[in-house]
Amino acid sequence: MTADRFETDVDRALADAQLRKNFAFAMGSFILKRKAVFSDAAETERLRTLGNAIKQSALSRLPELLEQLEASCTRNGIRVHWAETPAVANRIVLEVIESHAGTRVVKGKSMVSEEMHLNAFLATHGIEAIETDLGEFIIQLNGETPSHIIVPAIHKNKAQISKIFHEKVPGAPYTEDVAELTAIARRTLRRRFQEATVGVSGVNFAVAETGTLCLVENEGNGRMCTTLPSVHIAVMGLEKVVETLEDLPPLLRLLTGSATGQLVTTYVNLITSPRREGEKDGPQEVHLVILDNGRSRIYADPELRQTLQCVRCGTCLNHCPVYTRIGGHAYGFVYPGPIGKILNPQVEGLDKAGPLATASSLCGACEEVCPVKIPIPALLRRLRNESYSTAPDSAVLGHGCRQNLTERLAWKGWAFLNTHPRLNRWVTALLGAFGEYLPPAGPLERWMRYRTEPMFAPKSLHRRIKEEGLTDE
Amino acid sequence: MSDTARDRILDRLRRAPRSELPRPAAAAAAAAPQRAAMLARLKSLLEAMRAEVHVVPAADWLPRLKEILRARSIKTLLYAPDTGVGAELSAAWEADASGLPDLVPYGGPVETFKDQLFAVDAAVTTAAGAVADTGAIILRPGPHEPRLMSLVPSIHIAVLPSAAIFPSLGDAMREGRWSADMPTNLLLISGPSKTADIELTLAFGVHGPKELIVLILE
Repeated sequence: MTADRFETDVDRALADAQLRKNFAFAMGSFILKRKAVFSDAAETERLRTLGNAIKQSALSRLPELLEQLEASCTRNGIRVHWAETPAVANRIVLEVIESHAGTRVVKGKSMVSEEMHLNAFLATHGIEAIETDLGEFIIQLNGETPSHIIVPAIHKNKAQISKIFHEKVPGAPYTEDVAELTAIARRTLRRRFQEATVGVSGVNFAVAETGTLCLVENEGNGRMCTTLPSVHIAVMGLEKVVETLEDLPPLLRLLTGSATGQLVTTYVNLITSPRREGEKDGPQEVHLVILDNGRSRIYADPELRQTLQCVRCGTCLNHCPVYTRIGGHAYGFVYPGPIGKILNPQVEGLDKAGPLATASSLCGACEEVCPVKIPIPALLRRLRNESYSTAPDSAVLGHGCRQNLTERLAWKGWAFLNTHPRLNRWVTALLGAFGEYLPPAGPLERWMRYRTEPMFAPKSLHRRIKEEGLTDE
Repeated sequence: MSDTARDRILDRLRRAPRSELPRPAAAAAAAAPQRAAMLARLKSLLEAMRAEVHVVPAADWLPRLKEILRARSIKTLLYAPDTGVGAELSAAWEADASGLPDLVPYGGPVETFKDQLFAVDAAVTTAAGAVADTGAIILRPGPHEPRLMSLVPSIHIAVLPSAAIFPSLGDAMREGRWSADMPTNLLLISGPSKTADIELTLAFGVHGPKELIVLILE
């Protein structure tokens, strides 16, 4: 992604009044809902500190916990696969589906599968993967990608969704009644669940101790996908592992409270094995695909490793003044908002996604609400610096990609000016007198696209202190 | 350098600089609230999630269930004959089934039972317990009580002995020794299936049950 394309997309989003209205309304509601469930500040702080400690502890033993998870799952009859890249993960999923001659796949919401672009990949092999989360179903009908981690179709309002249903769901009447729209989705998708041979899901937490996959949801489509088809394939990023079941209660409270302002979701689904002897339902095979996709590289840097604490609650999006105004699509990558600004550049490389890290006012709202206390602003500053880094041992992909002659010369000149007093006095006097006539061209023009033009005082502060003295001492 | 993806990933992770951090100590268990307080909290939270909650004396749950069912005039009720709840249910139906739905057992593996399962109106299951502080019932489906009973029929009725209400999820895990014996599937359920994906407007029954009815037996 070039910085130019990002800027164009941002401009387009900012000019879309309906989009801005949709996001302003939804994000405002989410903020209030979260506040209602985290009303006790001291208790919330205690919980966040605990969540941070649990995730940091798990990350500090990540390779050992992953091995333990694999052993526990294998013992339970869950088949574990490892993938370094989305391409490999896609291939694994495809092979499992093909080994069952499956062509009908139903999917629960999973950001990792978005990261893999799994649906598009399966489509090229003649396999239709139906998204069954209502929001995902809506945007799949419309050929779009999610604009929010938790509510993927939140950029659409009711009227827009009514139109999509009427045009894309066979036999659906035009209605703006949310209950009726929901009923249409129920009817359509129940048939899909019945016919499906393979279900694909994500994972919210994987418990190493017991080999248990924990999935949270409100709709029940996740349970359908993981119970009805004879094969269940779960995909997860390798950072999702926690040590014990007892880590779950605080993490679940933090996740659902932050995501939707709920004390608990409608369903917390703990899956520990495929169908056992004597059981009448549940998949006969459960597969777990553990995806790296750059995470082990992020892990190599102790500061940036904190990115991997993320539980994907989306609350940093809801509280971000930038996200609220431009929405999720303008970012141009799978993960939008503050978490996306630190995650995408590290996964895809600073050369491709680095400009995302600049789309922040560093106001710090994301860090204040993050349930696991990821210091997002500090990591944003770190990534901005990495874009210009000359350190050869940096682990960040694409580090130093923004080094350029103009800026290097500008900073060299700046340093020279500030270490040569006589020259400094002469140049500041010159800028004070004629600075306002600087032509807005070249680098200055770029600078001024989103900033006001530099204003030069007729006399430098240095000069004035010399002349007037310090009075306020 | 090893040649499987697994080994390469683990190798990269092991080479990263790190120092082991202990798991945070579990918070000292607070004194368990009074049973009545837990029951009240559970009931009000479940109701806030649009579940229907009936607190009944253990001896009276079947007459109450019959009232609930008669009021809804439904035709078929999925039940689990081999559970305590199922056995009581079929005995009560033998005594008097007038105006009541036909009892349907989960007739075989889901592969052969799917059409019937999707046509049934309601299901009755046992709840293995409940969590008071967040408001949720715990289900441990198994051979006698399959997983889809609490998901596919439009009405899910759960029978919960009030003695099985725990203050928190952590308490339920510890006292129930979950880590030593996890079933194939274990569920927390806090209400009927719902979504807010369209303009954050709540709508119920998007995929799973449209109604959750909890009978708490005292």
